[in-house]
Amino acid sequence: MSAVSSDRPSLGRRLADLGRMLVSPRGAVFLLLIVLLVAIALLNPSFAEPGQLIRFVQRVSPVAIVAIGQYFVIVGGEFDLSMGSVVTAQVVIAGNLIGQDDAKSLPVLALMLAFGAFIGLVNGLIVTLLKVPSFIATLGMMLALLGATLYWTGGAATGNPADSFREIGRGGIRDLPVIEILPWSVLVLVIVLAVAIWFARRPFGRTIIALGDNAMTARYSGTRSWWVKTSTFIISALSATLAGVLLVGYAGVHPSVGRGYEFTAITAVVLGGVVLGGGRGWVVAAAAGAFALEALFTLLNFAGVPSTYRDAVQGVIIILAVAYAATTIRARRRGRALETSPGPAPTNDTSPAPVAKEPDPSPDPARPAHIPSTQRADNETKGGS
Amino acid sequence: MRRRFTVASAMVGALALITLAGCTTDPNVTAPTEDAATEEAVEWFDQELYDKQDAERDVVPEGPEDQPWLQYINAEFVDTSQYASTGAKKACFANASISNPWRQTGWITMNQQLQVLQEAGAISEMETRDAQDSDDTQIADIDYFIEEGNCDVFIISPNSTAAMTPAVERACETGKPVIVFDRGVETDCPTTFIHPIGGFAWGIDTAEFLIEELEEGDKVVALRILPGVDVLEQRWAAAEKLFDEAGIDAVDYFTGADPAEIKKIISDELAKGDVQGVWMDAGDGAVAAIEAFEDAGVDYPVMTGEDEMSFLRKWKETGLTGLAPVYSNFQWRTPLLAAQMIFAGQQVPKEWVLPQEPIPAEEVDEYLALNENMPDGHYAKFGGEDLPGYPQVWEDRQMP
Repeated sequence: MSAVSSDRPSLGRRLADLGRMLVSPRGAVFLLLIVLLVAIALLNPSFAEPGQLIRFVQRVSPVAIVAIGQYFVIVGGEFDLSMGSVVTAQVVIAGNLIGQDDAKSLPVLALMLAFGAFIGLVNGLIVTLLKVPSFIATLGMMLALLGATLYWTGGAATGNPADSFREIGRGGIRDLPVIEILPWSVLVLVIVLAVAIWFARRPFGRTIIALGDNAMTARYSGTRSWWVKTSTFIISALSATLAGVLLVGYAGVHPSVGRGYEFTAITAVVLGGVVLGGGRGWVVAAAAGAFALEALFTLLNFAGVPSTYRDAVQGVIIILAVAYAATTIRARRRGRALETSPGPAPTNDTSPAPVAKEPDPSPDPARPAHIPSTQRADNETKGGS
Repeated sequence: MRRRFTVASAMVGALALITLAGCTTDPNVTAPTEDAATEEAVEWFDQELYDKQDAERDVVPEGPEDQPWLQYINAEFVDTSQYASTGAKKACFANASISNPWRQTGWITMNQQLQVLQEAGAISEMETRDAQDSDDTQIADIDYFIEEGNCDVFIISPNSTAAMTPAVERACETGKPVIVFDRGVETDCPTTFIHPIGGFAWGIDTAEFLIEELEEGDKVVALRILPGVDVLEQRWAAAEKLFDEAGIDAVDYFTGADPAEIKKIISDELAKGDVQGVWMDAGDGAVAAIEAFEDAGVDYPVMTGEDEMSFLRKWKETGLTGLAPVYSNFQWRTPLLAAQMIFAGQQVPKEWVLPQEPIPAEEVDEYLALNENMPDGHYAKFGGEDLPGYPQVWEDRQMP
């Protein structure tokens, strides 16, 4: 932040800055979210009632939690494609092991957390010690878990677990004024988000970002990179576990629960302006990305888009939104900074040597390059600041 | 200047995004929904088949009274004397998948039926290949059976109609009996094609029920598993036509049977306005739909699910007004029995239409009691009560 504000000496431009903040990669997702929510409320005024809004937050909670987990992996420079399968596996574990026996809830919950942490550890070790690219390692894990789940269930639903276990995803504190009910999921999300913000500001959280930004410098500065990376995978697998617990309550047990969550999470994170390849991004924006995505789906429901081409409309809008976020990143770079990097270019992060002044897809001859004051002057979104 | 321009262009982009969202969505509230609907209906709606199935619903099936899996409706028999031979035969079964509870239940029943026939010395063994919902895999499976299976009879439960037709024709060319069941193929070369009345009958049963219970202008949310499968598309094609004619406001969604998705859809629809009815093209996920009404704190809808135990139990527990349409699960017994008949030289129906009767409210208690300890994914009309291993095998639900 400090680098940026020193860039803006004029006090009269504060207002413009606020506008720019909203269209900046960091703010764009909030703007998008506001626009979508307003659009939904216009189509269907009852959505704006507090009771409905809180239900909306409840529904988004699992996705947002998964996106928060995915944020740490992505900002550390990797991907976790196994999250959806972890959700599915945990949902099935809960359904099959708890059954109708209330007493088993806590032991099985502990088992699920241990299982989640174990999957994350395996993912992390495969990526860091065996040097398998995370895209492939977690893709393999995704298929392995999915296969195991299918083998276990035969691909069909089993019974729901005891209602007491489902309460955390389905129930809440009832009889409140204004919002009627405060779902447990919303509380869980608030806690997870608070912990994530706190964690991202801790030295360890900053190390993750530093590692994603430039693995070489991070290593030279004494980071145990294998452990930092592995821990991001453990975080993401645990967040998927938590999402699984909420989803068992919200929806029930079915092998299709959690399907596609990894892509929803990655899309949400990218929508939140987090740069693929790591080193830049804000965890709150990632969570807001999840809200924006779900708001989009809800908007399509409210607008009555026929089921046959709903997916296509969703896809196009997501591409446009992400392209918009990418464009604003590029626009800002061209406008303020100096590295004329090709696009949002994750590769740029791994080679920050001063070679950045070459091919821009749309070079701007009218703008002579400034002398770079710092190499990463555009890095406003860095470091959970 | 530059900077302002980029900011402005970004704004324009945002506006374009919004207008795009607006353009693609707004008009659909009215006219284009109907357009899309008629297109779909044109594709899947088949008046001739609709009328045939409509009529078959009222026919009293012939055949042994207490064995619905051997009953038939309006059958034309074919002679099978050329296949008559003694000794135990090897059956080769190309299965589309066991990836939903309906197919799993049937698969268990089929294996228990196999035991009976093995003990009777009619079938020596059944080699099964599971195509896991893939057309390509199933074509390869059938070709494998033709080349190296050493099969005496082919039993095929097609994954999809058009794609499987050539492979089924190749199986027919071997000169051995071919038995197709559940989904159909576009050839009449199989010795017999076994199926319940069909998707249009399901659609008519369910839509007529909802129309009778609801009033003109009421809202029905239709929850559909996935597009493109004929037995499912026909269910909706029939129901949609009837809803249209009766002035019921029906809107359909694809859910992939994902309960989270179902819950979101219902919550959104309830936020939009009252929902008086829920129509499902399969019972998988019915419980999530009902729970969405509970969570929103509104009255239960009039609802059609399926004879899956989870729905029957929730139906009973909530006391809602419902109907459980049935896509007769006991049809999984019939193919092996047909093979036995064919090798005995007995004639079999060319198109073996099995009875398909919904479970109305009066019969729910009976079916709940009959299947008391069965798991939620079990189907009430599975028809295996007289088979060995009943009820333990179905209660444990161990896939063979």
